[in-house]
Amino acid sequence: MTALNVALVGNPNCGKTALFNLLTGSRQKVANYAGVTVERKEGRLITPGGRSVRLLDLPGAYSLVATSPDEVVTRDICAGRYKGEPPPELLVCVTDATNLRLHLRFVLEVLALGRPTVMVLNMMDAARARGLVIDVERLSEALGIPVVEAVAVQRTGAQALLSQLDAALPPAPHRRTVDRDFHADVRILLRDCVSRSSPQTEQLEDRLDRWVLHPVLGLVILFTLLFLMFQAVFSWAQPVMDLIDAGFASLGHAIQMVLPAGPLRSLLVDGIIAGAGSVVVFLPQILILFLWILTLEESGYLPRAAFLLDRFMAVAGLSGRSFIPLLSSFACAVPGIMATRTIQHPRDRLVTILIAPLMTCSARLPVYTLLIGAFIPNRNVAGIFNLQGLVLFALYLSGILSAVIVARVLRSREGRQEHPLLMELPAYRIPGLRNLALGLWQRARIFLSRVGTIILSLSVLLWALSSFPRPPAGASGPAIEWSIAGWLGHAMLYVMAPIGFTWQICVGLVPGLAAREVAVSALATVYAVGSDEADTASRLAPLLHAQWSVATALSLLAWYVFAPQCVSTLATIRRETGSWRIVAVTATYLFGLAYGASFVTYHIAVMLGGGLA
Amino acid sequence: MRLSELEPGIPATIDQVEDREDLDPVADRLRALGFVPGEPVQVVAVGPLGGDPIAVRIGFTRFALRRAEANRIVLDDRRT
Repeated sequence: MTALNVALVGNPNCGKTALFNLLTGSRQKVANYAGVTVERKEGRLITPGGRSVRLLDLPGAYSLVATSPDEVVTRDICAGRYKGEPPPELLVCVTDATNLRLHLRFVLEVLALGRPTVMVLNMMDAARARGLVIDVERLSEALGIPVVEAVAVQRTGAQALLSQLDAALPPAPHRRTVDRDFHADVRILLRDCVSRSSPQTEQLEDRLDRWVLHPVLGLVILFTLLFLMFQAVFSWAQPVMDLIDAGFASLGHAIQMVLPAGPLRSLLVDGIIAGAGSVVVFLPQILILFLWILTLEESGYLPRAAFLLDRFMAVAGLSGRSFIPLLSSFACAVPGIMATRTIQHPRDRLVTILIAPLMTCSARLPVYTLLIGAFIPNRNVAGIFNLQGLVLFALYLSGILSAVIVARVLRSREGRQEHPLLMELPAYRIPGLRNLALGLWQRARIFLSRVGTIILSLSVLLWALSSFPRPPAGASGPAIEWSIAGWLGHAMLYVMAPIGFTWQICVGLVPGLAAREVAVSALATVYAVGSDEADTASRLAPLLHAQWSVATALSLLAWYVFAPQCVSTLATIRRETGSWRIVAVTATYLFGLAYGASFVTYHIAVMLGGGLA
Repeated sequence: MRLSELEPGIPATIDQVEDREDLDPVADRLRALGFVPGEPVQVVAVGPLGGDPIAVRIGFTRFALRRAEANRIVLDDRRT
């Protein structure tokens, strides 16, 4: 027997995804609709009566008169005319029972399609708590479709819907005229079917919002939360990441003990295990960040944070929604770019993805520390500031300023088209553990399977470039000089010499593609300092100080503000946008900015007398 | 008076949503979200920087609107 095709539709914030999670559990497939960055969620379930159901969780929509790519997908699938998707045999229209004034209008729009439909009154527990009495039978009669109650956050909350799925398909409702005033119909339905058992009291939202949206207190609450979140992503993840690093290192050592030295051992240890380690090491940050984001989103706080920050982000032509992804990018652009899913507006999301790599990520700190320590004198400026600290601050600031400029340039290409905020501030809710766990599980799985495979294969490729061909017997100097990477480094010098790079830097940049912090150990390898020792940086610093000019060091610092060479970031962009073109655009513009900034920095520094080693 | 000029905490009623241009999609969306003649509306909060955006309550729903969007919403002066 073939599965019944059912689609869940409803307004955003109707609890549709919680219901989807309750019905399908972990039997979900998350992907994108072909050609668009709209998330496609499909799950399977077997009803108590043994019926197999293929359930599609359509993007939330306020209206079938679509204004965003999400709503276009929902509109076309509901109407049964989306290419590559079978028309749903049953539409399950989910509503928030506490907000029927808004949600019933959408039900009427869906009914106008004339397809078999069931309406779900979700969040019935909250509706009862507010003293709402809904005459379900009367509503069902007035709409001409089955209406069932549900509480998606309770384990048994979808029983009525499951029985409805077991029953025969309801007949298609007779088409209503599309042009009629849905709001007038909704008023009549509410008057006839909904009453109150207790007088309306001040809602929880009113009391909480007085604090949360307060111009001063609201910002204090917001910055406390953001500070904790940033701390969590930045420092709480660190011990786990160190543990993962140590784990993969000892795995590598164990293999070194067993296998004889040779290309196979090198491939396993330096290629595959090191590559897998560089994938898994992202997981703690991704999981911690998404635990925060999912909690903030489920609780209803995230749109309020966006409200408070909207004006602030308008400087860059973005909305408040872009703030958290960009803040997370200071820890790492990979989770930051994954977090852009919370930005509904597609152009905003794309611009945010494009500028996320400009936020100075933590992987750039080792490079900054090494070069600042070696080249910037440790002395006081104006009595209170430390020059090294000022340079570090200037590097962070340059990243932010260039992000604002890039965002504004991207926005100006769109012309004067208005781009509204129009964001619902949903009811506050206690986040459900099941939904948090499923959300985290999906993020982790997507990252490991889609992004991880790209990073791992590129890591192995870079290993091969840095290892082959092997140096001839009796050759002196580090092995990497004889490899393709060494050859590439020398070839790159033609391009990089005008910005003051030496061939050693160029060689270091090749394995540095895998992860920005690898550049330090790669430089150590090239200068034959030995990259395994813990004091690599402190031994490398005097060597660099002796061999490079100040202009070269400043140029490399400027390069790292833009650091176009992070394969993990590019792989994440590929996964999140589904487009190699956007990956190419990102890499090209970052490279252009890095080259330009380094060129200017180098030549100004040389003019000021910093050109000598 | 327009919704963008309404003081926080003062109850008001919507008269209509004006189109800025022919087939203004923002105005259409506002109407779909329930900003229709006769609905009671109230400003519940204003943004911390320059009073933009504003948060309004209409029925049981709250929306954040930029001033440019709220400016399209004309209030019923007889009932404010």
